[in-house]
Amino acid sequence: MKFIDEFRDQALVQNLARRLKALAKGPATVMEVCGTHTMAAARFGLKSLLPPGVTLISGPGCPVCVTDQSDLDAFLALGTEPGVVLVSFGDMLRVPGTHTSLEGLRAQGAEVRVVYSPLDAVELARATPEKHLVFFGVGFETTMPATALAIQTAAALGLDNFSVCCVHKTMPAALKALLSSGEVRVSGLLCPGHVTTIIGTRAFDFIPAEFGLPCAVTGFEPVDMLLGIESILRQMKEGKATVDNVYTRAVSVPANPQARELLAAVFAPDDAFWRGLGVIPGSGVRIRESYARFDARARFPQVWERLTPPPPSPCRCGEVLRGVMRPMDCPLFAGKCSPAQPLGPCMVSTEGACAAAYRYER
Amino acid sequence: MKRILLSHGAGGREMAALIDEVFLARYGDPNRVGDDSATVLVGSHRLAFTTDSFVVDPLFFPGGDIGRLAVAGTVNDLLTAAARPLVLSASFILEEGLEISVLQTISESMREAAAEAGVAIVTGDTKVVPRGAADKVFITTAGVGLVLRPGVSGAAARPGDEIILTGTVGDHGTAVLLAREKLLDGEAIRSDAAPLTGLVLNLLEEGCQIHAMRDPTRGGIASALNEIARQSQVAMEIIEARVPVAPAVAAACEALGLDVFQVANEGKMLIIVAPEDASKALFIIRRSPYGEAARVIGRVSAAPPGRVTVKTVIGTTRLLDPPSGDLLPRIC
Repeated sequence: MKFIDEFRDQALVQNLARRLKALAKGPATVMEVCGTHTMAAARFGLKSLLPPGVTLISGPGCPVCVTDQSDLDAFLALGTEPGVVLVSFGDMLRVPGTHTSLEGLRAQGAEVRVVYSPLDAVELARATPEKHLVFFGVGFETTMPATALAIQTAAALGLDNFSVCCVHKTMPAALKALLSSGEVRVSGLLCPGHVTTIIGTRAFDFIPAEFGLPCAVTGFEPVDMLLGIESILRQMKEGKATVDNVYTRAVSVPANPQARELLAAVFAPDDAFWRGLGVIPGSGVRIRESYARFDARARFPQVWERLTPPPPSPCRCGEVLRGVMRPMDCPLFAGKCSPAQPLGPCMVSTEGACAAAYRYER
Repeated sequence: MKRILLSHGAGGREMAALIDEVFLARYGDPNRVGDDSATVLVGSHRLAFTTDSFVVDPLFFPGGDIGRLAVAGTVNDLLTAAARPLVLSASFILEEGLEISVLQTISESMREAAAEAGVAIVTGDTKVVPRGAADKVFITTAGVGLVLRPGVSGAAARPGDEIILTGTVGDHGTAVLLAREKLLDGEAIRSDAAPLTGLVLNLLEEGCQIHAMRDPTRGGIASALNEIARQSQVAMEIIEARVPVAPAVAAACEALGLDVFQVANEGKMLIIVAPEDASKALFIIRRSPYGEAARVIGRVSAAPPGRVTVKTVIGTTRLLDPPSGDLLPRIC
């Protein structure tokens, strides 16, 4: 496969691993921010290539995982409204809510559809005018433009039976909150390549400026990730801290203007609930007034009024998401919590740190 | 109240738990070995017996249809017991309103596949349910075969054995998914659905020391290898770079986020063979039209029992875990 095989080249990988060993001067903890990084590191066994003392920890970049329990409960509750069809990406299907999951709700008779694109949800709405389709808008800046486009398309089609349960989140504010907490100690960050294609590298400039930490905007193949770690170690050695872009084949320095325009037209900044991190000001978006008829919260306010806060759960996903506990150190890991019987989202999502560790690293 | 979820039918951990807790808790042999076919001694002959249901959506897809699948699936399960497939049954659940021409096309496809597999379809059943109570056509086939080599079982792999895969992986599951979701239109991905009678019987007739065979259907080679490793209490390592994957299938799996090792196949066999016979077996397999891309993809070792690992393309080692959850419903 072009643009994939080149970045999985064994000789190149081994050569980079040797360069990392030469660069490493003592311990370093590198946070891979994105869930796709987490999965790639596990799937390719990258940790075994790192010099002694250099460790990778997972950050808050798995969109399914950081979706708060209360937001998932709200979406599940929408499924019991008459005539409502829930539409979601497949990743969310098995995440346990307080009482059930989307998969469980479907078995109880609710209509739950899985799509690859939010535009498919609009198409479903167009094809079934007697139903109301609610799309679960989950994800970071990478998936937000597609949701915005779906809303604009529904508006252009004049649909009145499509809305979005919007729990989208933005990455920079969450990273700022996480780093400000002082709870997690990292030496540098692999910034999410896909998110950066939308928001541009400058969105992460505050990390070196305010926290003195080196960053590397990194792709998702083994060579990409080793290049990112090399950049962090090199910056550490030289006593520098910048936002280095090692994913130049996909990311340019300025933001994607088209996507930014689309996002600004449909969404306004808002606070967001993050699983494990709590409320982070300015780390989410809400649907603008002008598109309020596509906002599930505005269409079905009674669902939110009925919601009760989720009871305490033994799940420790929050600590994993903050990077203060490794999946294998969780007392529930591979015992009470497994992909077949997940207690929390990190064990379910294909980008979850616990799922990655369970599948590839046990 | 616990209910059946789609993941209970996906061939992974959830299905195994359901079978244990609901069926085996009430009937069946508690000492069963857990192969794809049961074997029973009748007089001086050992017979293999198996059954399989087919609910694939869509009914017709590039490279096959539900009829070809229904014959090939049951034939291949009999072959894993080193049995010569003899006879099949075919039962149909039909939805009111189905066009009879569709059923004729499916039946013609079954006739062709049975002829190719060297089996006769000798009995069957037909039920019709009201519109909406089933989706178009569901088919159940059962098969009986004569065991030619007793002892070939998922529980019989030994340390040192070589693992042969008879061709590319991921074709069937990817082809059905793309056809159903109308994705990546124009990609040349075809299901591999095929009865492997010729390929397997040649191996047995030429005396290769086959220890275990499994057709890697739902859950792909990840499920099949883990089953054999657990049944035989051995470890396995496969070499990622040696597992053949068609370029279009690899690209589709990358794009859709699927692990090609977990995607279903319907015309492939994993064959665990004594090391001294590996070259001979490979030579025989490659003579079959369904075995031209066969490769040795890995090896069985002693410990740790039940563990399957992959040597990745970049030279590292990772776990090969069986899939969990509902990957792709109604793929067969």
